[in-house]
Amino acid sequence: MMEWLYMGGYWRYVWPCYLLTAAAIGLNIYLARRSFAAAVREARRRVGASRSGS
Amino acid sequence: MSWAWLHRYASPPLFFRIAGRVIPWVSWLAAITGAAGLIGGLGLAPPDYQQGEGYRIIFVHVPAAVLSTMAYGVMAGAAGMGLIWRMNVAHAVAASCASVGAWFTVLALTTGSLWGRPMWGTYWEWDPRLTSELVLLFLYLGYMGLRSAIDDTARADRASAVLVLVGVINLPIIHYSVDWWNSLHQGHTLLKFGKASMPPSMLVPLLLMMLAFLLYFAAIMLTRARGEVLRRERNARWISEAIGALAT
Repeated sequence: MMEWLYMGGYWRYVWPCYLLTAAAIGLNIYLARRSFAAAVREARRRVGASRSGS
Repeated sequence: MSWAWLHRYASPPLFFRIAGRVIPWVSWLAAITGAAGLIGGLGLAPPDYQQGEGYRIIFVHVPAAVLSTMAYGVMAGAAGMGLIWRMNVAHAVAASCASVGAWFTVLALTTGSLWGRPMWGTYWEWDPRLTSELVLLFLYLGYMGLRSAIDDTARADRASAVLVLVGVINLPIIHYSVDWWNSLHQGHTLLKFGKASMPPSMLVPLLLMMLAFLLYFAAIMLTRARGEVLRRERNARWISEAIGALAT
């Protein structure tokens, strides 16, 4: 296990690449879902406003 | 050739509904292929005869670089369709590619930089492949900057579509830079003279990771595009029905 983590001495280059990739994947999921949720909230508000106005 | 089918699928309610059904499938497929690619790349693939274990960066670097250029290609195709056929959905798709494309361009540059340090002895070199990838990042940032600077959505769509189409010239430059110029960057990873340049034990995990990244891109882009369609179709009656069907 330790040998695998050591990556033949390249651990300080290999693992940051994988951590950065995981961070980019997680961040983009969060940003996309947040953007969609905001659009849904805004649409609900608009629909509610138009119903109460009519 | 009839384009009626294209216009049918570009109908905002249909796009919203179909994208909503597709997203869970592509997300799960991305997770499964990504997990298989990681097991293959980090566990099963043998060390490289020259770079030892350090080459394992390839399993995230190449998929990130492919995603960065693929996202730009999709963005340009959608922007062109939006410009020619005045499709609102196409412009929404184009606008939804930029952010994820920019993030993965940054990822391709940073993982490449971390790979370059032990192999080339430097984090950065003004090499044609690296420089053209950096230009890609500036194109994404320019596209997003231009969109946010114009309040009117229709004008922002048109102006940003022209910018993204002009920037398409950078895609073949990125791809062929390693052939056209003397480059520190290694040559084509997947195909060299029509043959795979690596053994199947390395190639299969790499292809799985590339597939996972592209499926992931599809899921993120479609999620963003659904929100973008909701924002654009401000007064449409179908909106009320569509958001009513969503879980609160």
